[in-house]
Amino acid sequence: MTHFIDVSTVLRGTVCDLYSNLVTRPTGAAVRSAIEQQVVEMGVPVVTTIDFSQVSLLDFSCADEIVAKLLLRYADDDGPTGYVLFRGIHDGHLDPIETVLAHHDLALIAWNEGFAELYGSVTDDERWLWEVVRDDGPINLLDAVRLLGIAIAETSTLLDRLAQKRLIMRHADGYIVPGVMPRAS
Amino acid sequence: MTTVINVPPSLDDQSFELVFEQLALVPDGQKILIDARHARWASPYGLTALLCVAQSRSERMGFAVPEHPDTVSYWSRAGFFRHAAELYDMHGTVPRSREPQHSDVLLEITPIVRTEDIHGVVGRIQERAGAILHGQLHLDTAVTGRFSMTLSESCQNIVEHAGQGGWVAVQSYSYRRRLGRRVVVIAVCDAGMGFRASLESSPGHRARDRWDDAMALEDAVLRATSRFRHTDKGRGQGLAGIRRFVGQWDGKLTVRSGTARIAITPSWDEDVPMTEGLPSFPGSQMQITIPEKLVDTGSKPPSVEPSRARPRPRERSS
Repeated sequence: MTHFIDVSTVLRGTVCDLYSNLVTRPTGAAVRSAIEQQVVEMGVPVVTTIDFSQVSLLDFSCADEIVAKLLLRYADDDGPTGYVLFRGIHDGHLDPIETVLAHHDLALIAWNEGFAELYGSVTDDERWLWEVVRDDGPINLLDAVRLLGIAIAETSTLLDRLAQKRLIMRHADGYIVPGVMPRAS
Repeated sequence: MTTVINVPPSLDDQSFELVFEQLALVPDGQKILIDARHARWASPYGLTALLCVAQSRSERMGFAVPEHPDTVSYWSRAGFFRHAAELYDMHGTVPRSREPQHSDVLLEITPIVRTEDIHGVVGRIQERAGAILHGQLHLDTAVTGRFSMTLSESCQNIVEHAGQGGWVAVQSYSYRRRLGRRVVVIAVCDAGMGFRASLESSPGHRARDRWDDAMALEDAVLRATSRFRHTDKGRGQGLAGIRRFVGQWDGKLTVRSGTARIAITPSWDEDVPMTEGLPSFPGSQMQITIPEKLVDTGSKPPSVEPSRARPRPRERSS
């Protein structure tokens, strides 16, 4: 199940209907709380897409409150069980977002022009495997070993790490990137 | 008896130290007149810091208005008298408040007390900044967003740390004497608790052998320490972001607090990184200076476009 949240609508609905900029920490905290509330109300594990396309300005405080803390909540043991994706992230958003991702050692999936991309703190091997899963998923452990040509134990560890970071999800007996349509077998 | 404090003819972050020096010698409770009659020019820092001077003492001070009509006109357009009249007993002819018209005043002096004020400031600067930053200073269009972010983060320091309101102003002017180019300057000043007291209020703060205003500035500006850091690891990124922005655009950042002043200095400036033993003044006074880009040198600020496609590891050692 896919759930779509327009951040600018949340901003106007929760903080002030005149604002179009995501600036200041209290604003970010209010927007994140509203997003979390919507996710809770959905009640079932979902892929939630957070859309920033109508946000003209995002500062470091808001990036930390919305993006980083939302991802940290999803990483919590008692956090939401679904997956969170982002879209509409433009060049002006990238610096604050990449800064807070690096600061908290987090990574996220962003959709850009119909293409899923990975941002944040991942190793080269994790990124490599993630791209393989994105492009060829669903793939299972043995597929990944064959495609990457690395040891099974190492591949298994990489898959576990990506799954733990909610950057890939289970699909049938393999893995796909959340939001990416599985390739027909 | 009233002590007269002379405002220098040219009032910027450096010459304002003369005002702080005179002020520090006057005992609290004594009558003070700020004499700006001979002032001819003031930077945004000078104007916002003058308002902080009025807020730094319980005794209401007098203020002698500049005599030169051009100075009065400019200070009026920057919004100075509108706020000064509420804080000082004004002496001299105070012009009626007008809407800012001068194109060099990107943001007239604006009080920052609450979060809502920051939304207003950022909204206003976005409307005006593009023409100045891109049109006059030849900076990349990407700078406008980063500039607004920097403004937002610097104003948040007042709301979150000062314990009282402060002031922000943004102006573009020709900085011929030191640089020979135009600059855009953000000044954010308050007379609140300052960096040292803010960091000391953190439950995580531990007394050290050496702890003073200079150490507090180093912690906050260079090490991104925040008084909220013990409960929220995401804190402290705002000042780090400001520092990075200033570095990317060959700018300068100075922060004065208490008795110390820290400077992140570009190659075109000779300021010292840390000045200690200054006359004590409450709160913090920040200035961000971004210079005009020299079009014909070919020097280009680093692109903000990140490298999206990172190389896959081609070969692995088994």
